[in-house]
Amino acid sequence: MIGAEFVALSLPPILIGCLAAIACAIPGNFLLLRRQALIGDAISHVVLPGIVIGFLVSRQVSTWPMMLGAGGAALVAVLLIEVVRRAGKLEPGAAMGVVFSTMFAGGVLLLEQSDTSSVHLDVQHALYGNLESLIWLDATGWASLFDMQALAGLPPELPRMAITCLIVTGVTALLWRPLKLSTFDEGFARALGLPVRALSLALVIMAAMAAVAAFDAVGSIIVIAMFICPPAAARLMTDRLGQQVGLSVVFAAISAVTGYVLAGYGPLWLGFDNSVSAAGMIATMSGLILALAAGFGPRRAPRIA
Amino acid sequence: MQLGLAAQDGRIVASDDGLTAPLAVRGLTVTYGEKPALFALDATFDAGAMSAIIGPNGAGKSTLLKAVLGMVTPVSGTVHAYGQPVREVLDRIAYVPQRATVDWDFPTRVIDVVLMGMARELGLLRRVRQDHRDRAMACLVRVGMEHFAERQIGQLSGGQQQRVFLARALAQGADLYLLDEPFAGVDAATEKAIVAVLKSLRDSGRTVVVVHHDLATVSTYFERALLINTTRVAEGPVATVLTPETLQATYGGRLAHAQLAQILG
Amino acid sequence: MAGASPTRNWRRSSAEMWGLGYNAALVATGAGLLGAAAGITGTFLVLRKRALVSDAIAHATLPGIALAFLVMVAFGGEGRSLAGLLFGSALSAWLGLLCVGWLTHATRLSEDAAIGAVLSVFFGFGILLLTVIQSLNVGRQAGLETFLLGSTAGMLYSDALTIAVGGGLATLAALVLRRPMLTAAFDPGYAVATGLDVRRVDLAMMGLIMAVTVIGIKIVGLVLIVAMVILPPVTARFWSNRVDRVVLIAGVMGGLTGLLGALISASAPNLPTGPIIVLTGSAGFFVSLMIAPRRGVLAALLARHRYQRRVHLRQGLLALAHGHPVYERFTLRLLSRAGLANPDGTATDKGRAAAARALLDESRWQILRADPAQEIAASHYDGLRPIETVLTPDQIAQIDTRLAPRPLT
Repeated sequence: MIGAEFVALSLPPILIGCLAAIACAIPGNFLLLRRQALIGDAISHVVLPGIVIGFLVSRQVSTWPMMLGAGGAALVAVLLIEVVRRAGKLEPGAAMGVVFSTMFAGGVLLLEQSDTSSVHLDVQHALYGNLESLIWLDATGWASLFDMQALAGLPPELPRMAITCLIVTGVTALLWRPLKLSTFDEGFARALGLPVRALSLALVIMAAMAAVAAFDAVGSIIVIAMFICPPAAARLMTDRLGQQVGLSVVFAAISAVTGYVLAGYGPLWLGFDNSVSAAGMIATMSGLILALAAGFGPRRAPRIA
Repeated sequence: MQLGLAAQDGRIVASDDGLTAPLAVRGLTVTYGEKPALFALDATFDAGAMSAIIGPNGAGKSTLLKAVLGMVTPVSGTVHAYGQPVREVLDRIAYVPQRATVDWDFPTRVIDVVLMGMARELGLLRRVRQDHRDRAMACLVRVGMEHFAERQIGQLSGGQQQRVFLARALAQGADLYLLDEPFAGVDAATEKAIVAVLKSLRDSGRTVVVVHHDLATVSTYFERALLINTTRVAEGPVATVLTPETLQATYGGRLAHAQLAQILG
Repeated sequence: MAGASPTRNWRRSSAEMWGLGYNAALVATGAGLLGAAAGITGTFLVLRKRALVSDAIAHATLPGIALAFLVMVAFGGEGRSLAGLLFGSALSAWLGLLCVGWLTHATRLSEDAAIGAVLSVFFGFGILLLTVIQSLNVGRQAGLETFLLGSTAGMLYSDALTIAVGGGLATLAALVLRRPMLTAAFDPGYAVATGLDVRRVDLAMMGLIMAVTVIGIKIVGLVLIVAMVILPPVTARFWSNRVDRVVLIAGVMGGLTGLLGALISASAPNLPTGPIIVLTGSAGFFVSLMIAPRRGVLAALLARHRYQRRVHLRQGLLALAHGHPVYERFTLRLLSRAGLANPDGTATDKGRAAAARALLDESRWQILRADPAQEIAASHYDGLRPIETVLTPDQIAQIDTRLAPRPLT
């Protein structure tokens, strides 16, 4: 019956974790190469005010208004960063810091001011997510994977994350050529007449989508870590963009699986009775992978200018 | 009479005749903040010629190319290529940016960079077929880089990077070539190779416009020159445009007399 | 708090005049001092374009806080000593900073990627440790979560005192180190030439940022502390172009933000201190962004609009002077609205006079710019500025002798 327990309790969270990690890692590759790695960080910070506003407007803790709010907040943040950067002639880092801290502070204040104590909406949840709770009660064993009735009882985060991951992959494949070109040489891309701004926006929207969907399932920590660590590690392993993106997907999946397993079973092996935060462990694993790549990756050395 | 003098100096001689030329700029003013980078600039570039844009640092040479391509928004003025707004004829224009503007650490190979020149033609999903590859290789052959096709671009020397950029421009199959400082920081062999390619382009009726910084080679490489320092100082055949007066007016006190003598032979 | 000394009683009564508890007044003072230190030091960080390093530092404090708690518990303590927790946070923040440096220098990753990686991994690991503490069941959790978003509710007197004293020391250090940091940030090459050890100054700057972060996380929280470092300098930048003034304005701005924020937060329930301080600061930023006299958005829009009109007018006049048609409609509209041209594009009498003046000015400029001896005066040329504003009448007369007509060919 170990199998049954695994399918019901561990398989869904592992899959959701993997899909979330992959959905964030793919756009993360381009953000990394564009020196915009921290956009992912900014986006995941502003998700909180987004969901609070989504909740306040719709007055219900349902997924769609909150995800719409989060997505809207992410876009507002990205546009605001651009406006502040240009109007204030600031370096991108400073502009991001100004915008995301303002919006995050606004979110916390709204949360404190509004009557949300009765509902499950708090900062902790936004940060850690609750991967461990995404279980599949209808599963009785591997056979349930082919049982329509049981499948209907899957946690809704799983199909949602799967669709997001599919969209992100599909859009990246579709826009691969212009994305690559405008990331490498924006001036040339413009001279060709490519819609460089629209491409940047598409990339950011993709990142925001991944961040919002993943945040809902697994919390912000994983989102930030997966935007940066797997692509960064992959960059240190190869000099080809295609391989880099592929490797980043592999690293993201490895982080998610090992992180979840270690968080869930590690303490038991060590003789403790409680598991630890899966989100924290997944982020930590991605950090270890990056550390290994930074120490031993074949393409780690900085280029001598 | 004063009026005649100014006009003769080539200050404002805008008229409609040049507007069907491969490239015609009229009254172009671009500013970054308070100070103009270009002010009321007029320029015409003719077909089948190699033209140099010359001027001191900060004279607005690169800005001119960027404004032509719509990469910066001018305060005033118009740019026409082949009689149409540039937007409409981008597919006939190839651009070679300054080498330093891109991240050469980008994870890609030489051949992929050349294929980027065919981006418009390839669109989003068309697969790169063998004939695309063959054409890209042919472009690399023209710049003498065919043996580097599979190299990671970060492993190239400055001169090799510049040749790859030129190969990418060739892959565009354009009629008008705009190059921003292609000879900056390249070795002598690369400079020779690039000049040879540009001359062959000119000989096949293409128009070549080069932002150039080495006054000593202007008369050997180019037929025409545009001297600018925020505004146009002079424009025309190199032999008539490069005079002590125009150079002095372009560079102010920055040119020593000895240098002048050397440039002018 | 029992057995308060007479001075403390006196101070307490003066604090009560503000309508605040003594602790709240102390916290506000601490927040003000902290804000001043953060503003001054942050200016140099922003000048070096490394603003978000402070975010990495802030997030990297979390594992240290958790480990310090575990260590203190292991040694039989309660694990709540603020000083102990802050010491732990400083250690792990330092480690995080080293990791950023290692990833940036030993690999091809850029600093922003290194910052993001360190920030997320250290933070994730910290969260992991928090859940370890939870599962160890050592008493209550000691409220370590309050370090995420900060909390001043129910703060102990000793904690408030620690923060106030720490903030005071940090401000003092920032003021003392201001000159060397300025030299190092403004012109590292010159700094080296004058015998200043730039690496040590950098180290001191980072140490100071770290100190501010560590002291501030209890009030503002580690997620938001970055705002205290970034907001004052970027706000101050709108109000002055001189670096030394920017530093001072940022210090004052940071101090006011911290003080005001803490006071506002104490004035009503449900106003969390950290977010209120941040929002006070960003209100200052956005107001400055809009209305600052030279660098503000409104001023820039107005200036650009005005400049555009002047350019079009000037170009239009020059075209009229040469009898060329005016191509751009906007130019023509400006000319005719100013009474300089008729709607059909021909010049009016007034327009002819103005055009001749513009052309004379332009011709004088051309002569001036061609004269190597006049390079400095010529550098004022921007296509619009009348030459009278640069040269004396005598000099202009001199130029006019060279305007004498050359024979036209």
